[in-house]
Amino acid sequence: MSVSLDRVIFTRQGMLEGARRTLPVAIGDIAFAVVLGVLARQAGMSTLETMLMSALVFAGASQFIAVGLWMTPLPVFTIVLTTLIVNLRHLLMGASLRPWLSRLSPFKAYGSAFFITDESWAFTIRNFAGGGRDASFLLGSGLMMFVPWVCGTGIGHLLGASVSARDLAEWALDFIFTAVFTALAVSMWKGKSDLLPWVVAALVALAAHQWLPGNWYILLGGLAGSLLGALRNAA
Amino acid sequence: MQLNPVSVLTIVGMALVTYATRIGGLWLMGRVTPSPRVEAWLHNIPGAVLVAIVTPAALSNGPADALAAAATALVAARTRNLLLAIALGVAAAWALRRLLSASGFSP
Repeated sequence: MSVSLDRVIFTRQGMLEGARRTLPVAIGDIAFAVVLGVLARQAGMSTLETMLMSALVFAGASQFIAVGLWMTPLPVFTIVLTTLIVNLRHLLMGASLRPWLSRLSPFKAYGSAFFITDESWAFTIRNFAGGGRDASFLLGSGLMMFVPWVCGTGIGHLLGASVSARDLAEWALDFIFTAVFTALAVSMWKGKSDLLPWVVAALVALAAHQWLPGNWYILLGGLAGSLLGALRNAA
Repeated sequence: MQLNPVSVLTIVGMALVTYATRIGGLWLMGRVTPSPRVEAWLHNIPGAVLVAIVTPAALSNGPADALAAAATALVAARTRNLLLAIALGVAAAWALRRLLSASGFSP
């Protein structure tokens, strides 16, 4: 990382390169978005609300969590706090992109930062680490994720109209939430050192789910597991 | 327009905290360097939160769902294909629920 960064540029070619590299992932992105849209409709969100959330929040895991918690009365505080906790990882991604983005105008840097997602960050940091000097790569990659995400949730919401609550149970589609979170969790697995923190997260969540009201189990389990992981990893 | 004010408030709240995490790294980390322990904590949060969400959901809905969740995890771990894992997981839940209820195993 000690290479000269004097010549960080921001061009259309860089954007196109970022978009091109991200295209294969964007196709999976749209399928995921459709699933989220169907679930959002089941949770009682309108099409406009669903697409607004995708456009303004643009963070998959936290949106699935929000839709899972979406009910009347709306637990606003729980949803916002859980979103914050789950998305805290962006801090590290932004920090790692700092050597490149900090050489842009604040408008470009803070505008590009909106498009930090797990996928676009991974492509961008790989491009930069490989000698890429075009900081618009992140914007191109981000837009390639953003457009399918927003459109896909809208499409899913409209498709959801043809699915009734009875159909959901009939075809076990009410299991999608569990399946989505299980698959997402596995995708976060970093190795054997995760085992004990994850077991603790699961046990604390089960206990809190049993004995505490509301959704405290998510925060308590998540904090217990992640703090234990931090103690072990940094020891 | 189907926009409920409380829904919009929730979405805007989510958007603000999420954008703060995105620009926070650019802005804040230039001024303070996180300790390795804080960095390890941030890395560990998403996995732990997802496990905390899914465990009660997978275990409090009968043996069919618990087994289907295990199947989903196995496919996700083996193939690294999340959509395939989700699709096969739902199919497993559908099959196992019928199988186990037919054998009088779950309600």
